Amino acid sequence: MSNVNPYRKSYFNTQPDYLYPAYRSTVKRAPMQPLVQMPQTLSEITGPLFTARDVTEADSDLTVQHAGEPLGERMIVSGRLLDEGGKPVPHALMEMWQANASGRYRHLVDSHDAPLDPNFTGFGRVVTDAQGNYRFKTIKPGAYPWRNHFNAWRPAHLHFSLFGQGFAQRLVTQMYFPGDPLLDFDPMYMSVPDDKARSRLVSSFDWENTLPEYAIAYRFDIILRGRDATPMEKKEQKK
Amino acid sequence: MSLLLTAAQTVGPFVSIGFEKAAVPDVAPAGVAGERVVIAGKIFDGDGQPVTDAVIETWQANSYGKYAHPDDAQEKLLEESFRGFGRVLADAQGGFRLATIKPGAVAGPDGKEQAPHITVVIFMRGLLKHLMTRIYFPDDAANVADAVLNLVPAARRSTLVATKAADGTLQWNVHLQGPKETVFFDY
Ligand SMILES: [Fe+2]
Repeated sequence: MSNVNPYRKSYFNTQPDYLYPAYRSTVKRAPMQPLVQMPQTLSEITGPLFTARDVTEADSDLTVQHAGEPLGERMIVSGRLLDEGGKPVPHALMEMWQANASGRYRHLVDSHDAPLDPNFTGFGRVVTDAQGNYRFKTIKPGAYPWRNHFNAWRPAHLHFSLFGQGFAQRLVTQMYFPGDPLLDFDPMYMSVPDDKARSRLVSSFDWENTLPEYAIAYRFDIILRGRDATPMEKKEQKK
Repeated sequence: MSLLLTAAQTVGPFVSIGFEKAAVPDVAPAGVAGERVVIAGKIFDGDGQPVTDAVIETWQANSYGKYAHPDDAQEKLLEESFRGFGRVLADAQGGFRLATIKPGAVAGPDGKEQAPHITVVIFMRGLLKHLMTRIYFPDDAANVADAVLNLVPAARRSTLVATKAADGTLQWNVHLQGPKETVFFDY
């Protein structure tokens, strides 16, 4: 009963560290004591599960949440939620938030001198289907300045929040756009040490899902922690 | 097949755009069994300043010690209306407040039951990946023998145990740094 099949740890250098001084806010917020290593128990391998009933159709279409259409380039962002073993993660809640086409968030703290869009909130949710597929319709966010260092600009990005099927799989990340010249100068993007892991945060242009005369498309697959092979699978691999 | 785990990125300062609407400050709907508790506290940064842009998420078993999840094979009572997930946002003063029930004990790593606890993840601007911790309950006799608490250096264990305020509220503060730094886990 107490035997749990744990999720595996990430490979070296593929996740950011807490402390990354180039991103100034980490300096007073990163823990200084070593993390306490603990085994995963029932409490970590379980987590909230969702169904399509938890969201509405309009939740995944950020262009229909107001009386009029938001300004900006319409785009489809779609992909799959998989685990490290390549298994689809079905019925998982994905939340997404973003700036509007001018690079302004509908948020009191955002003091960027760019216009708000009365027709854009910038928040969406979707639950993955049985094959782990998801799809959002939205507009492309603008880049925006932040005061981390002199003339600091965030590359255009979407924020994604993922629930897998256990709390140990919980992940919040950001999706970027291909060819963005701001990426190499962005401390958040650059905080991921491994080149390959970092470049996986960049979506790819997706002809297949474009809607002719209507919207361009980007593809972004998200990979959550996978489980170690079960003892039976391990035995079979040795044969 | 082995795919590369997607790297975490911070929630940034504007996380409340979505999470405010999707907050779950009351974990246990009316009719759910168990001792009702309110857990309240603040998060402090390395300068001792309250953090006003944090999100705390919680996951817990029901009062019988059963998780609403198919991987929980314990033969214990499941309650239809109890999901076990909570999400609260820090307010302008850095305070948060979660209403829930005290969970029952669940199976632990050593074959013994764990002391009642709530699994916690914390997001905020300045955290490139989330923090993982736990809340335990004051004056619970099971805390002494809890396998996870016993992995924590004795002097730091109290950072994981809420304290009972005069009005009955359970107080649990988070210190990101400093002499009272909260214990954060890796698992
Ligand atoms: Fe952002």
